[in-house]
Order: sequence, then structure tokens, then C-alpha cells
Amino acid sequence: MKLSKLHIALLLVALVAPFVLYPVFLAKILCFALFACAFNLLLGYVGLLSFGHAAFLGTGGYITGWLMMNANLTPELAILLGTAAAGLLGALYGKLAVKREGIYFAMVTLALAQLIFFVYLQAPFTGGEDGMQGIPRGELFGLIDLSDNLTMYYFVLAVFLFGFWLINRTIHSPFGQVLKAIRENEPRAVSLGYNVNDYKWVAFMISAALAGLAGATKSLVFQLASLTDVHWHMSGEVVLMTLVGGVGTVFGPLLGAGAIVTMQNYLSGGELGNYIHIIMGAIFVICVLAFRGGLVGELQKLVKRNFG
Amino acid sequence: MSADYVLESRNLVKAFKGFTAVDDVNLKVTRGHIHALIGPNGAGKTTVFNLLTKFLSPTSGRILFNGQDITPMKPAAIARAGVVRSFQISAVFPQLTVLENVRVALQRKEGNSFHFWRPQRILDRLNDRAMELLTSVGLESFADARTMDLSYGRKRALEIATTLALDPELMLLDEPTQGMGHEDVGRVADLIKQVSAGRTILMVEHNLHVVSKLADRITVLQRGAILTEGDYATVSTDPRVQEAYMGTAAAAEANAQQEETA
Ligand SMILES: Nc1ncnc2c1ncn2[C@@H]1O[C@H](COP(=O)(O)OP(=O)(O)O)[C@@H](O)[C@H]1O
Ligand SMILES: [Mg+2]
Repeated sequence: MKLSKLHIALLLVALVAPFVLYPVFLAKILCFALFACAFNLLLGYVGLLSFGHAAFLGTGGYITGWLMMNANLTPELAILLGTAAAGLLGALYGKLAVKREGIYFAMVTLALAQLIFFVYLQAPFTGGEDGMQGIPRGELFGLIDLSDNLTMYYFVLAVFLFGFWLINRTIHSPFGQVLKAIRENEPRAVSLGYNVNDYKWVAFMISAALAGLAGATKSLVFQLASLTDVHWHMSGEVVLMTLVGGVGTVFGPLLGAGAIVTMQNYLSGGELGNYIHIIMGAIFVICVLAFRGGLVGELQKLVKRNFG
Repeated sequence: MSADYVLESRNLVKAFKGFTAVDDVNLKVTRGHIHALIGPNGAGKTTVFNLLTKFLSPTSGRILFNGQDITPMKPAAIARAGVVRSFQISAVFPQLTVLENVRVALQRKEGNSFHFWRPQRILDRLNDRAMELLTSVGLESFADARTMDLSYGRKRALEIATTLALDPELMLLDEPTQGMGHEDVGRVADLIKQVSAGRTILMVEHNLHVVSKLADRITVLQRGAILTEGDYATVSTDPRVQEAYMGTAAAAEANAQQEETA
């Protein structure tokens, strides 16, 4: 990936932002942005609509949280294992889901995610309805104390950048080239000898693992892992973020996550808190009907009109 | 000694709900031939192609490729074995460039198609070969164009280049000249002749002038069953064929027009 001026500008903004805005809030945006980017890899670049990505976000969070509380691991190892657990679950779920197409794919992912929701609801180690609370952030590599929010933010930024880079590399790799071919014309890809389901499966695993990475990191930021993250609402929210930002664009999910998280933060504090789901629903409908390209699409149009 | 058949179907049957689209077809494709499959619309030609490449599973019957039973194989595996098909509707990757279309086909044998951590530019070493293939179908000057912007005739030429990239032993072409202007028809026909060297081609073709020019052998399909087989002279004078196929007013007219412009 070549670094454009836009990349550099955004990176500068990300570096200075915690001096202006609350670092935990920014870290939350980055976690959800990574989650949405991982989801977008499937929807935008393979054409698969997963409606169960909360399963991977939640798994990453629970496993990492549990390890931090019980295994005396350093955070980077706990996150790595949480990510691997989500990737493993993705391997299993993906194997079952990629055999289906369109709405059936979405239904299978939803059903499987509901299954894991009930597992986590019942399993003693998750803390059930209360969730896993007071997860220690620990010391990165045994050296850097993450309890400081600013330090934590920069760590999350590094994790995000890694995930963002990996997704972009995947899109622009030999593998990504085959994914594009499959999305564009699946029967033709088959007739060229590609076992398309294997490619979808690998993409699913990458997406699941990175969603898990987002969840794992998030559990350290908030020192909390709870059922909210595995609930189907969360699976819907990531669809919303991606659609609002712009499906199949590099920056769309990032922008969408920023917009939705900001809005939720703003609304939940105010009088409109009770209407948050209605407002979200309305935004969703408006985006789908009027702004097919999402925020990124609208921005591009704006730039073209004024500078093009 | 029996002739050398690349592909054989034995008692091939495909029944859709309520009716039999392919009815006990025994097809024998001789190595090195251009073999045409003709017949009126709805005769079951595309369905036969779908069965031979396993895009559809036969209700009964067997498919042999080089004497080996490939009936249980998956479609991608059949393609890798050397039977590569094209589609009746143009099958390109519209958002990729013309060069990338061919390269996707070349890429598979490189063994790096699952490498998601490596940059796409490692595929650049395939560019020369891709350009050669594009040149062979006259598309070299369109290499960097987005495929969706190509004319219909050029898209079909690109399909042939992409198929050739796999160097298939047997090429299945479903109506490669359908919907083309006269010039394009001539060009694609020449192209098919040219690429048939060293391989076998089974093609569905409506343009009887093209069939007469290219085909070594013709199989006529009617309502899912083989009506007759033979070379052009035999088939075209068969009264049953004339009745079923060429005898219809529209076909005769179309045929006459093609003869005129040829
Ligand atoms: N998937 C399918 N389901 C049901 N009927 C089909 C299917 N595919 C083809 N048919 C029917 O089978 C018959 C043969 O179709 P086809 O093989 O496309 O004919 P051709 O290519 O010779 O014009 C047609 O009547 C068509 O409607
Ligand atoms: Mg047909």
C-alpha cells in the first residue's frame, strides 16, 4: 500500500487527537473501526453479508479478558490468543456458512452467532448477565503500563494500524485478486479452476480473526467483556457502520464507525437516549435509500464538485 | 481399434421438474476436432455443457474425459483437469482490467493465490505472458482498459484469451459468436480456428456458416436427444434436420443472410 497524503494527514490527526478529545472515547472509535473494516473485507470485497460478526468480537473480548484475569499473561499475548480464538471460531463457522449464498449465508451466520450467545450466557467463566468486570490492562511486553489512558490509546492505535494495513494488503494481494474475481463473476472463477468456497473461507477467517482482535483490544480499553458484544444488535451495528461509511471502500468503515460511536455517545447522555434505536434505524433507512455510497461516496462527490 | 475420444458422455440424462432437458445423450468428441453442437433454442445444448463441466449434476449417466470417469468431480476440479468452458452470456470480470482478467487465469498455477500477505505486484511477472495472450486475440492495445468498457465482441475475445491462459486440452464454447456483428463473427471464427491447433473444441453455435467453416463433426440436438451426427454435408442434407432446425422459416432466412454476407 502506498501512503497517500490522505493517509499521512489522517495519521497526524490520530496522533494529536487524544490531546483534544478523551482518549478512551477515541480508542473506542478505533476498536469499532477495526471491527467494521474486518466486516467490510467480507461484505465489500467478497460480497458476503455476515449477520453474526458479534460472535467474533465477543469471543476475542471474553478470551482475552479471561486470560488477563486468570492466566497472568502480558496483554499482547492475551490479545493474540483472543484473536486466535476468534479466528478458530471463524474457521468453524466459515466452513459451514460459505456453502450458502445470499440471504442464506446471512441466516447461517446469524444462527451460529445466536448459538454462541447462549453459550456465553450460560458458561460460568463469562460472568453471565454481569459480564467480566475489572479486567486488568497489564503491562505491554511486561514493560509498558497500559493503565494510563493515553498510553492505552496509542497502543490501540498501533493495533488498529496493523489491522488496517493487513486488510488493505489482503485486498491488494494475489489472494485479493481472486476474491475480486469471485465477487465479479463466481461461475467464471469456478470455470477457471478456483475452488471458490475455499477462498471465501480464508477471507472469512481473516475477517473473524480481525473482528476478534478488535474485541480483544476493546476488552482491555474498557476493562470489561459483556454480552453486549455478542448480542445480535452488535452484528447489526457493524452492518450499519459499514453502510453509513461506504461499503467496499477503504475508509468507509472507519468513517462510519466514527459517526455511529460519536452519535451514540452524544445521544445516550442526552434526553434522546430513549430513542437511540429509532434514530439509528432511521439513519440506516436514509443511508440505504438515499446515499448508496455512504459517507465516503458523498465526500467524494463533494470533492469532485468543488475541486474536480 | 476405436477412435481416440477426448470426451464421452454415456446415457447422459438431466431431468428438471416435470421434463427431461437432456435425454440419453451419448456424445463422443474426437481428439483434435472442432465439434459443433447445434439444435433449436431450448434443445438442451447449454444444459449439456453444464453437465459436462458439472455446473449441473446429471440425473443419470456418466462422463468420461480421456477415458476416465469424471462424473463425481467438482466443477473447479474438472477445469483444473483440462476441460474449460465459456458461458453463453459473456463471462468476464467487469471491474478488473483486461490484463488482470487474463492474469487471474494464469495466476492459479503460480500457487500463490492464497497468499494474502504478499503484494499484488508479485503477479507482474505474469504480465508478459498475459500480453502475449491478449495479442493473440487482438486486444493488446486494451490491456489497461477496464473490462466493462469493452465492446461485446471484444469481451468475447477476452474470454477466449482468458480460457487459453489455462491451456485447456478441451475447450467448451457456448455460442461464442452470439449477438455479434458480421465483422466480429468472422474475427472470432478465425480465432477459434487458430486456437484449435493442438487442442479439442466443443462448441455450441447457431451461425451455420461458422459451423460449416469450422466443424469437423456436428451433433444435432433436438428436445434433449441426439437427432443425428456427421459432417456438415451429411447433417445439412438430412431431411429430419432440415425439418427440425433449418426448415423453419426464420432459420432458413437467417442462414441465407449469412451465406450472402460471407
Ligand atoms: N436450471 C433449470 N431449471 C429448469 N429448467 C431448465 C434449467 N436450465 C434449463 N432448463 C430448461 O431446459 C431446456 C433446455 O435449455 P438449454 O439447455 O438452455 O437450451 P439451449 O442451450 O439448447 O437453448 C429449456 O426448456 C430450459 O428452459
Ligand atoms: Mg443455450
